[in-house]
Amino acid sequence: MKFGVVVFPGSNCDHDAWYALGEVLHQPVEFLWHQSEDVNQFDAILLPGGFSYGDYLRTGAIARFSPVMRAVEKFAQGGGLVLGICNGFQILCEAGLLPGVLQRNAGMKFICRQVHIRVESTDTPFTASADPSQVLQIPIAHGDGNYFCDDATHSELQRNEQIIFRYSTPDGRVEESANPNGSLANIAGICNRERNVVGLMPHPERAVEAALGSADGQVIFRSLIESLLIQAGVSS
Amino acid sequence: MISEFTGQSHSLCNLNPQAEACATEVPGNLSASKPMMDTEIKVTPELAAEHGLSPDEYARIQKILGRDPNFTELGIFSVMWSEHCSYKSSKVHLRRLPTRGPQVLQGPGENAGVVDIGDGLAAAFKMESHNHPSYVEPFQGAATGVGGILRDIFTMGARPIAVLDSLRFGPISLPHAGVKTSADVDAETVAHNRRILDGVVRGISHYGNCFGVPTVGGEVQFEAGYSANPLVNVLALGIAKKEDLFFAKARGVGNPVVYVGAKTGRDGIHGASLLASAEFTEESQQKRPNVQVGDPFMEKLLLEACLEAMKTGAIVAIQDMGAAGLTSTSCEMASRGGLGIEMELARVPQREPGMTPYEMMLSESQERMLLVAERGREQEVLKVFAKWGLDAVEIGLVTEDGLVRVLHHAKVVAEIPAHALAEEGPVYQRPIAAPAPVTNERYVEFATPGKNLTENFRALLAAPAIASKRLIWEQYDYMVRTNTIEAPGAGDAAVVRIKGTKRALALASDGNGRWCRLDPFVGAQLAVAEAARNVACSGAKPMAATNCLNFGSPEKPEVMWQFSRAIDGISEACIALEIPITGGNVSFYNETLGRSIDPTPVLGVLGMIENAPRALGMAFRAKGDAIMLLDGSAREPVMDANGAKEFSSSEYARTMQGIEAGAPPAVNLAAEKRLINLLVALAREGQLQSAHDVSDGGLAVTLAESCFASNGLSAEISFKSKEPDELALFGERGARAVVSVTPENVAAVRRIAAQYEVAAVEVGRVASGEFRIELNGQIVVSAEVPSLADAWSGALGRLLQANDLRKAE
Repeated sequence: MKFGVVVFPGSNCDHDAWYALGEVLHQPVEFLWHQSEDVNQFDAILLPGGFSYGDYLRTGAIARFSPVMRAVEKFAQGGGLVLGICNGFQILCEAGLLPGVLQRNAGMKFICRQVHIRVESTDTPFTASADPSQVLQIPIAHGDGNYFCDDATHSELQRNEQIIFRYSTPDGRVEESANPNGSLANIAGICNRERNVVGLMPHPERAVEAALGSADGQVIFRSLIESLLIQAGVSS
Repeated sequence: MISEFTGQSHSLCNLNPQAEACATEVPGNLSASKPMMDTEIKVTPELAAEHGLSPDEYARIQKILGRDPNFTELGIFSVMWSEHCSYKSSKVHLRRLPTRGPQVLQGPGENAGVVDIGDGLAAAFKMESHNHPSYVEPFQGAATGVGGILRDIFTMGARPIAVLDSLRFGPISLPHAGVKTSADVDAETVAHNRRILDGVVRGISHYGNCFGVPTVGGEVQFEAGYSANPLVNVLALGIAKKEDLFFAKARGVGNPVVYVGAKTGRDGIHGASLLASAEFTEESQQKRPNVQVGDPFMEKLLLEACLEAMKTGAIVAIQDMGAAGLTSTSCEMASRGGLGIEMELARVPQREPGMTPYEMMLSESQERMLLVAERGREQEVLKVFAKWGLDAVEIGLVTEDGLVRVLHHAKVVAEIPAHALAEEGPVYQRPIAAPAPVTNERYVEFATPGKNLTENFRALLAAPAIASKRLIWEQYDYMVRTNTIEAPGAGDAAVVRIKGTKRALALASDGNGRWCRLDPFVGAQLAVAEAARNVACSGAKPMAATNCLNFGSPEKPEVMWQFSRAIDGISEACIALEIPITGGNVSFYNETLGRSIDPTPVLGVLGMIENAPRALGMAFRAKGDAIMLLDGSAREPVMDANGAKEFSSSEYARTMQGIEAGAPPAVNLAAEKRLINLLVALAREGQLQSAHDVSDGGLAVTLAESCFASNGLSAEISFKSKEPDELALFGERGARAVVSVTPENVAAVRRIAAQYEVAAVEVGRVASGEFRIELNGQIVVSAEVPSLADAWSGALGRLLQANDLRKAE
């Protein structure tokens, strides 16, 4: 099993993702330069947070055209597991691998804060080990995390249970007061129809050690690891 | 004035039609003809004066060159000999600062100070100001302030892991609801101050967040004196393996000089000389073109590329282009190495065509570096920068003649002895005069003993200086790189762990302009003491300090007196607390229309925690824990005759009675030292649940903040004091800290405190109900924590949203 962490020029959570997977969870993990055109040696690809290509023009708008993204698209179409965190989520939306867009925060300000998200579906390789409706404390740090999509897309997301995380109160109530950035229906993370691509704004890689405030992010990475083990077991 | 002047130099633009053709010349075989005298602009004493050079300084230039300087050379001297770059007014005083210690690997004089933090690691840290640009253009001014200090850190080979910001603004509200603010504040000023605050915070957020360095702490104060001159001081910390440190010292005659990073444009020309080294007038807004424009994305690429290129071992020396750009980097690197540098400007990557040598040498375009590579291995270096998509061009070479020789299309346009330019600039012993002593001040009148002070306390918690700054620091990414153990608001100091070791570093900054105005000597000592105390409250042993000295015009004897007294205060305190100054910067001319800011020396103290999990926060942890007041000065008489005089300089006096008078609290460095040593020892042994020093707002505010930071805990306090009630509750005398201790540890803490000769008085317990303070048998403060917390946490937002400034009046 091997994880690949993509490094775009301007990625700045790449080291954090690498550290969480490699040093904290002891998984084999390598950096993947944005010009790589083949990612098939990896079992799962992680698009980290940051400001890819400076996020000029629009967040993720330039990154989607980088060589590695063509490879990631193929990888995803082949059923490969892809996790986009923060800027990674924005890139996945720009690349059309996930529906919707991430707009400027409702308050028009960058927000760095510990928030709570409720697991809305355990039926993904990224949340399989979570309890239904489990509440996770995971920090956010973004200026453009305000998720939006049109009504048709929204109802489709609901119909297919593609909404994976919603901002909630610590006791799991999904309400406006718990919505840090104005996201539609408190949406914090979604998956594609095939459920092998997930994007979320909160930073699970910043929440894998109690010393830093929370270890709840481990739930997502452990789900990923276990899912891959099961896959491997099935295929062998 | 300025715009006319740059207008003239622009008229030189068409001198070099064959720019492209020459761009490929090899610098190796350049003709060294006599410096081309710029025919377009005749250099006269008047022109020198326009460049901010005095007649004496101009004569000195003629002496060094043995001839008149040409226009480009005049520009070069003017920036290198500007106050900002040459420290000509401060040098003689800065020599009095203690800079040595076994832990110091690099003192002042390099891009940043460096201390040994064990495990073969070194910490590079430094604080710098970007005040004037932040006033003229708040967003870019603050952003490039962050960018500049980050480059100072990674140019040493250290990866930046933390940033702190020490900010000062004018009042953001008019006097309201019984709360006084400083005098002479009108609606227009308040509106302007709010715009500056907003721009500065967005600028720091924009640059730091995108670059990927956590902004983990700092402080913000609001005083009338900063209305027309805000302070933006940025402290950056980086980590490197000791053997991987880099220095800006040119070596090896014939080695190639390589320009890397962003292209050179016309931005920031004369930023250091005409912007940073002159006071403001009505025309200051015209100086906006002198402010640089930053690109954090470019800086992030530059960081990764530089650190990667350094690993090749093919880099001999490297320095960032900050103030005075290409001029200062080339002549400082040459001077430090006792060598010369020859450069062909036609090879410099340029953002726009037709830039003159003058403009290229003086441009302060951001995100640029100059490095000296090892001849024969330059390709290894260039390859790395190519990988990151950055310009990297060989523009010259190291020479042995000790001259900075600048060529433009093979014509020598400047030829100056590097050492004379960098080191033999003017040094001034400016006249010093103490200001006339203030007479018949009005001092605080104390309330009658036993009076319930709850509402005053609530108002104090809502004062801008004391209220929660979450509104500001939540806009900074304080977690990126996942090292932040103590985030903003969690403790007195920011604490970041060092991955791969058991250690953590703590950082705190402090500086009180009001106190320094009343007494620069004591005020500066208190700044050192509080920053060190803050670091100790996190469990870290203070090990070194950096400073940013913000003052008015050095040409005013009263200002130089303040400066000199502040230096003496810092020196005495740093020696007593054993924290050498490893670097910093001086910012003079902080005045507008002849009015100086309050003298504001800001101190940044670095400390180390051997065992990261033992780091302490300010939050109370468990109901029933004992709350103890540690007082290092308890052995001296607590109550002094001038209680009212001392209290008149407090935040309470200003907030409740509009009084800013008297004197700062008497400082007791021996007591501070005892308290610091005790806190470090107690933390090391895991004896404490929390620690929080007594500072702005006094004991009552300290107790409340420890409640606010906790999970809905409260405090029941009861103690006796001979001081007037308000002084006992809200007095700001130093050398004190509030700690919480599990009941079983109380005896041990008492015993250890006794060993360190620090009084440890149990003043109450951590509770869950009402926040209550009983003083000499009377309940003087009682309120539900949530109501107090709301006053404290919501204050800044409410002040900024008070739209109708008229009504507020």
